[in-house]
Amino acid sequence: MPREGLRYQTYSRRALLLAGLQGLALAALGARLYYLSIVNGEKYRLRADKNRISIRLIAPERGEIFDRHGEKLATNTQDLRALLVPEQTDQLEPTLQKVQQIIDLNDRGLARIRRRIKRQRQFVPVTLAQGLDWETFSRLNVEIPRLPGVQTDAGLSRLYPGGDAIAHLVGYMASPDEEDVFKSPLYQLPGFKIGRQGLERRYESLLRGASGTRRVEVNAVGREIRELPPREEAVRGNDLRLTLDMGLQQHVMQALGEEAAGVVVMDIPTGDILAMASSPGYDPNEFTRGISNANWQALLKDPRTPLLNKSVSGQYPPGSTIKMIVALAALEQGILSPETEFYCNGKHRLGNHTFHCWQNRGHGKMDLMQAIAKSCDVYFYEIAERLDIDLIADMAARFGLGSLFDVGIDGEKEGLVPTRQWKRIFQQQSWQLGETLNVAIGQGAMLATPLQLAVMTARLASGQAVIPRIVADDGEGGLFQPLDVNPFHLETVRRTMEMVMEEGGTAHDYARRKSATRLAGKTGTAQVRRISLEERQAEGGVIDNEELPWASRDHALFVGYAPAEAPQIAVSVIVQHGGGGSSVAAPLARQFLDKALETARRPIEEQV
Amino acid sequence: MGTTRMFGPRRVEKSLIQRFVGLNWGIVLATILIAVAGFAMLYSVADGTWDPWASRQMVRFGVALLLMLGLAVVDIRYWVALAYPAWFAGLVLLIAVEFVGDTGMGGQRWLDLGFMRIQPSELMKIAAVMAVARYYHGRTQMQSKSLRSLVIPMLLLLIPFVLVVRQPDLGTALMIFVGGLAVVFLAGAPAWLFVVSGIGVTAAIPVVWQFLRPYQKDRILTFLNPESDPLGAGYQITQSKIALGSGGMTGKGFLEGTQSHLNFLPEMKTDFIFTVLVEEFGLVGATIVLALYGIVLTYGLLIGIGCRNQFGRLLASGLAVSLFLYVLINVGMVMGLLPVVGVPLPLISYGGSAMLTWMLAYGLILSVSTHRHVTIAPRGSGII
Repeated sequence: MPREGLRYQTYSRRALLLAGLQGLALAALGARLYYLSIVNGEKYRLRADKNRISIRLIAPERGEIFDRHGEKLATNTQDLRALLVPEQTDQLEPTLQKVQQIIDLNDRGLARIRRRIKRQRQFVPVTLAQGLDWETFSRLNVEIPRLPGVQTDAGLSRLYPGGDAIAHLVGYMASPDEEDVFKSPLYQLPGFKIGRQGLERRYESLLRGASGTRRVEVNAVGREIRELPPREEAVRGNDLRLTLDMGLQQHVMQALGEEAAGVVVMDIPTGDILAMASSPGYDPNEFTRGISNANWQALLKDPRTPLLNKSVSGQYPPGSTIKMIVALAALEQGILSPETEFYCNGKHRLGNHTFHCWQNRGHGKMDLMQAIAKSCDVYFYEIAERLDIDLIADMAARFGLGSLFDVGIDGEKEGLVPTRQWKRIFQQQSWQLGETLNVAIGQGAMLATPLQLAVMTARLASGQAVIPRIVADDGEGGLFQPLDVNPFHLETVRRTMEMVMEEGGTAHDYARRKSATRLAGKTGTAQVRRISLEERQAEGGVIDNEELPWASRDHALFVGYAPAEAPQIAVSVIVQHGGGGSSVAAPLARQFLDKALETARRPIEEQV
Repeated sequence: MGTTRMFGPRRVEKSLIQRFVGLNWGIVLATILIAVAGFAMLYSVADGTWDPWASRQMVRFGVALLLMLGLAVVDIRYWVALAYPAWFAGLVLLIAVEFVGDTGMGGQRWLDLGFMRIQPSELMKIAAVMAVARYYHGRTQMQSKSLRSLVIPMLLLLIPFVLVVRQPDLGTALMIFVGGLAVVFLAGAPAWLFVVSGIGVTAAIPVVWQFLRPYQKDRILTFLNPESDPLGAGYQITQSKIALGSGGMTGKGFLEGTQSHLNFLPEMKTDFIFTVLVEEFGLVGATIVLALYGIVLTYGLLIGIGCRNQFGRLLASGLAVSLFLYVLINVGMVMGLLPVVGVPLPLISYGGSAMLTWMLAYGLILSVSTHRHVTIAPRGSGII
């Protein structure tokens, strides 16, 4: 059949053509496969690995902080936590409901969780609850298969056994700031905290250690399937050993109670700081968990400034505690000798201004040693008229006033030792003689911190340029240069400090000996307000501290050392707005010195 | 000339048993092998269990295999008679599905009959080819070459094309059209027509671009540069290429496909199942499977050469081209050569409709082979 034949031929030809095209197409597919698998195979294998292998950091265990006897100030405790990875949970609310049945999340906590989820990227875990007990933790683990997106984590969290006694020293830890999150990959681990204050911050790199890494096979949503070797373990941070004596520190803080005060207790031969207390304190453990806004505001607004470390950051007029320095400067210049006498009738006139002694009726005639023992102001006004301010400043500097010791605490302040140059630069005026009179009794522009006063006392007691330290590995631990001061003059001054504690001295009535140990010291009362002439002339005279509002009261100061004949311990006490130095500060200092001597002062424990 | 011998006296008709036994069992075996590869992949994708996918697929395949063998032994003259009615039935269903159908992800529409689902567009792939083959069977060589002969075939193809495009399922619509077009070509339409249309289509691309929906435009743009959005639109292609390429020569091993098992590869059991195959069995495994497809499809395409009736020739080849398009589009898409259009790989991808279409179509192809010595009058054989 011709028609069959013709169209058959057409068909056959074209069918073969199509078959050829089809073959070409299949060959093209094959070629593409070859290109992908063989030519680019290596590249794709690498990418496949990149997909599925994730490098996760292992957080290092933080080093601990110990006192000199090995007692822990900062340690790590197991923190059992529940986390949620938002992108792994298909339905947020039902999952949260189910979690609620196991862990009690209060409304505020829930609100915070929801806020975090909105703010953070979806694969970043959000902490649901911390500090779970083992039972709750176990129950949660059992329910995990029914809680998509929920993970449990047994991490470490910082604990401060010393609580508010050492908050100012140790500081606290908190999460890094948002802006800093990219500075280190560790910062992106959930719940990773860094030191934000105090020693925790200062020694962050020492304490932190080094992170480890592990390789994990993950699926497309980032869920871990299994770990692939090799693993690089994390390196624990180094421990920090302090010279502090925890027992003494807690004793001091307890004795201070709610007063606003700064106390430093030092070991004279080594310069070790045995106690450095700032009251009131706060609980650094609150920051670890995340302090509530209400509590934070309360801390900020408290007029007793609990967040301030008064022992190194509180700057106060030293009051009469400066008189030893002034006396030494006068002796060195040869302006007077210990026997030089002046007469005090309670007033001293300079130009048309009257300066007053704290004793209204005056002390009568007295020599240098009596002047210090009774803390007569007029005697020192006389000295001030004969002694240049720069000479006082020079002597003060030798005893550590106006210096920063950099012991490792944040916020160490340098106080102020005024000089003529200082006045010119900072106030564009020249120094007036009247100001020297004020400085000579520890008022006026002069400012010192409790730490500086303690160092001053230690140097007075030993004749060495004692350098304080709080970290046990710092410094030379006792190898100090001798002071550039006439030792005979120092002896004299020391004797007067002993006289302060004896009958007739300002501290005698308030710091009677309870033990056999003899103390030496100096009281101080620093005014914070101007007393007007009217007030002096009014019927009751100068208003008593007790009748003034707290913020107008004088500061109470005391510096001292014991035992008087062979000085071991130096102490400085400043009670902010405490009233009288002898009545308030002296008894505390006595107590602290006794306690410090009593606590068997073992040398710093060897590292185990 | 060989044709004289071929178109000589009629042979005796074979009985049902003879037809059954005379089936090309080699091809049937090849088909089963392809399906087995599919079962293996579904087993792997289910992380080493027969449930829930591999076992169901095996049941479906069993039923479909019976259907294929059944169609293979049915007298081809019935198909000739049913060609136009089938087309009409398909048309009715396509219209019906506009109003009462359920919609699927890729734009497919189907009717849910409770015990099974019917996808009219799939059925139309077969019916359209059948109808066009029937038409040209009734035309002479001269007539086939004329332009006037194109009118009815175009209607037979364009009406379903438009209806399916509106579903909106561009992929299936194109497959219907191109399958039918192959028949038109093989029947003898002027060659220059194809060349000119080809140029015309290329020129019309910018115009067509305007009519595309946003997601279709996105797909094409992503296809041209998948790395521009590796986590968004380009994710599927990028992941597919990674998984494919990382298989290397012999693959990572059965059940060891990391990209697929760790959920990096989307649509693993449907559109991207070929990728899993390549990841686990490498270039070697993929070549074997493609070769099997090639054998089966080439057989279908060329069986017409030994066939005495035009209907059979055109039917077999047209269906073979349609089926080939499935494989080409899916494998091309999975390798990043074509945009993602959601076309499954028949017999291997999980799912019944592509498998059913394939097996029914191949049943018809086998029927052509069985009845290759039968001649049929231009106006049908009067069998009905």
